[in-house]
Amino acid sequence: MNSEEGLRVEDLVVRYGEVVAVDGVNLKIGAGEIVALLGPSGCGKSTLLRAIAGLLPIGSGSVAWNGDDLAGVPVHRRGFGLMFQDHALFPHRNVAENVGFGLRMQGISRPERTKRVAELVELVGLAGLGERTVGTLSGGQAQRVALARAVAPQPSLLLLDEPLGSLDRALRDRLVGEIRTVVVELGLTAVHVTHDHDEAMSVADHLALMDGGMITRVGPVASLLSDPVDVGTAQALGVDSVWSVAADSRGRAVTPFGEVEGLRPDTAAVLIRPEDVRISETGVAVTVTSARRRDGAWLLTCALAGGAEIVARSTERVVEGTEVLVSVDLDNVSLLV
Amino acid sequence: MPGLASRVARVLAVLTVGGFLFVFYLLPVSSILWRGRSWSVAVDVIGRGATWRIIWFTLWQSIASTAITLVVGLPIAHAIARYKFRGRAALRAFVTVPFVLPTVVVATAFLSLSDRFGLDSDPVRLPGTAWAILIAHVFFNVAVVVRSVGGYWSQLDDAPEAAARTLGAGRIRTFLYVTAPRLRPSLLSSAAIVFLFSFTSFGVVLILGGLRRVTIETEIWRYATQRTDFETAATLGVIQLVVVVVMLAANGRLQGRLAVQERTRPPSEVERVPTGVARLGLFGAVGLALVLVGVPLAVLVERSMSTGDGYGFGYYRALGNQDARIPLLPVSGWEAVGNSLSWAVIATLIATVVGTVAGVVSSSRRRLGRVTDIAFLLPLGTSAVLVGFGMLIALDDAPIDFRTRWWIVPVAQALIGVPFVMRSVSTALRSIDPSLREAAATMGASPRRVWREVDVPIASRAVVVGAAFAFAISVGEFGATTFLARPQRPTVPTAIFRLLGRPGDLAFGQAMALSVILMLITGTAVLVIEKMRVVVAGEL
Repeated sequence: MNSEEGLRVEDLVVRYGEVVAVDGVNLKIGAGEIVALLGPSGCGKSTLLRAIAGLLPIGSGSVAWNGDDLAGVPVHRRGFGLMFQDHALFPHRNVAENVGFGLRMQGISRPERTKRVAELVELVGLAGLGERTVGTLSGGQAQRVALARAVAPQPSLLLLDEPLGSLDRALRDRLVGEIRTVVVELGLTAVHVTHDHDEAMSVADHLALMDGGMITRVGPVASLLSDPVDVGTAQALGVDSVWSVAADSRGRAVTPFGEVEGLRPDTAAVLIRPEDVRISETGVAVTVTSARRRDGAWLLTCALAGGAEIVARSTERVVEGTEVLVSVDLDNVSLLV
Repeated sequence: MPGLASRVARVLAVLTVGGFLFVFYLLPVSSILWRGRSWSVAVDVIGRGATWRIIWFTLWQSIASTAITLVVGLPIAHAIARYKFRGRAALRAFVTVPFVLPTVVVATAFLSLSDRFGLDSDPVRLPGTAWAILIAHVFFNVAVVVRSVGGYWSQLDDAPEAAARTLGAGRIRTFLYVTAPRLRPSLLSSAAIVFLFSFTSFGVVLILGGLRRVTIETEIWRYATQRTDFETAATLGVIQLVVVVVMLAANGRLQGRLAVQERTRPPSEVERVPTGVARLGLFGAVGLALVLVGVPLAVLVERSMSTGDGYGFGYYRALGNQDARIPLLPVSGWEAVGNSLSWAVIATLIATVVGTVAGVVSSSRRRLGRVTDIAFLLPLGTSAVLVGFGMLIALDDAPIDFRTRWWIVPVAQALIGVPFVMRSVSTALRSIDPSLREAAATMGASPRRVWREVDVPIASRAVVVGAAFAFAISVGEFGATTFLARPQRPTVPTAIFRLLGRPGDLAFGQAMALSVILMLITGTAVLVIEKMRVVVAGEL
């Protein structure tokens, strides 16, 4: 037999008529890993997830679990759980009946089911709401029910399809943490699809970046963050400024903020993080074009004279149109190809 | 606060709608019931075992018809709602044809079917059996399920079904535990309509049931016309009305209790190209529709062209032939077509005006709306025979003698067409997203302007759809028309019925030919309905 554990997707292609939505994806997820599938909307990540679940027919390639090819295994026999973007709760059943549906399909006895449902409802913080009709739930409560329902049958793999897409920011931040807690507590393997990099990095240990139907990068969150390697990855991960450079023979390049050293011959750009860009007494003159609040600080997008932009981090709000001086710490830049 | 003008308009609207219903439904029906009031006869009728047998048969045939129609209609509704395939619109139009066919033609189609396949003599004798009635009712009503449930289904979000699948439910359990319960509101409202039509079905039972299979409706007709026993007819009419009202009320209650909030989506987002097992299911559903609807219609056409010496248009020619018609009809068949068409046009105009106003009323205010909605369903649930007869009697002694006026026929036909226009308009108006109106208002449109720019364009399509239904129904109306149209001015359905009562191939052949002509006329109405269709939940 084989010793391979977890999910293996090989050369997977999924088409909608003429449109190729997933274009030759290879992906390996080990048992117990939490992976976020991150990409812009329309990149094919939800399609990939649904193909893994068995909800969409695959064009070519294969999906295997623990080494066994799942071709021909219908959705309901795969033992994968799926949590939907708009929760997709059964509108005609109450909270407990929704959560218990999978257990009922497994033929688990009513007393056992009642006990397990009560545990799960409590696990997602909805103790006592079992008899509520789902129409009366708030958005956050509905998603918690959806989570409990998806994990109830103890799926070998939990698939989350932008589960927080329709919720407001504060609720999202809180639920991201709760999802991770539940998944870790139950020891599940999970794939979380999202277009929000903050959400992806909060929930997952590993990231798989997707664009145009293909997976462009896979790696642990920490290492992708500290060393994104290429421009595409850097842009997918966040708001940092990517500065194009051309290294000379000694590995140096000149930027408006000073000289960068230690560049490799193939370095095409450097990544300058907002925390390394400070408003100061001296430095380069820029004009603030917009200000956003993020993580207890202001992120200021600033335009240089030539039109190029750099993002600075500031503890104070600066009104758009203000001219300020910024200094940049070039020691911490990441090199990108 | 609504302005004076709009308040006056509202009062006028309610007066128009209420007045129409009062003069042409409430007054005639109550006066015939009043004339037939007799406590002793009522007690006698209710005490008779035969009465209970008739009630029992009427009930079970309509419940069985409803159940079979749902079972047969669901796979077709599913195919049309969820699958993208070539000929889908044509299929929907095709299954709609029987619904707008006059009941007389439906019955004739099944007579011709029996004739063609030798099912009208031993050992298999279809006409005169309950089966003949059930099959004809399914044939007639399947469109209600396909259109109404299918329309609702096509907009239901399919994510809960996908969720059930990932939670370990196979296709069958997903349907039983998730889809069927979600469809309940729409299943119930379709069931109510199918039940109503089957319960008060007249032409089908009269022609296919023969002397052995009688229902409350056909008995009312028999007592009122053959025996001129109004007391018994009135008692039966009250029993019929009571059953209808009880069933409608129970259904409405159940619908209210089961109503849950559903997420809807544009049909294009949830439909897909079928593969594998789904493909097989689709073939099955399309095959079912083709056989159920196609075979009777094809045989009808075949019989109408099967003259003694091969196929031809002999019977059609005979419709205009002086020598052929004299013993059969007082006028030529083509004149009957002319009568039908001109009356139907007038009936459609009346039904469109009254139905549109009723639709606006029933969509706007909650309580008044619901009352209007139910009030106009009542004529569908009342014996057409009673309505027709009631008009004869009641409007006779009214200040104006309506009865001698030729337009009493189209008015009676319009009475049955109004609910179709009303429902079409009110569901379309109710489906308009209020934020559309709000958006228009914030862009500076006055309330009247909002109405003209937002409501009218959406409602006008629904008016046309309702009018086409009303036209088709009017052309084929049989029950009330039998009483109101004079013998010298028959319509096509009454002419067909008379021809069927005559012996000989020529009469039968002409009845078939007239039925085909009627089918072509109502088929045209279906084309209009399909062309102007507005996809909204609960559409007809």
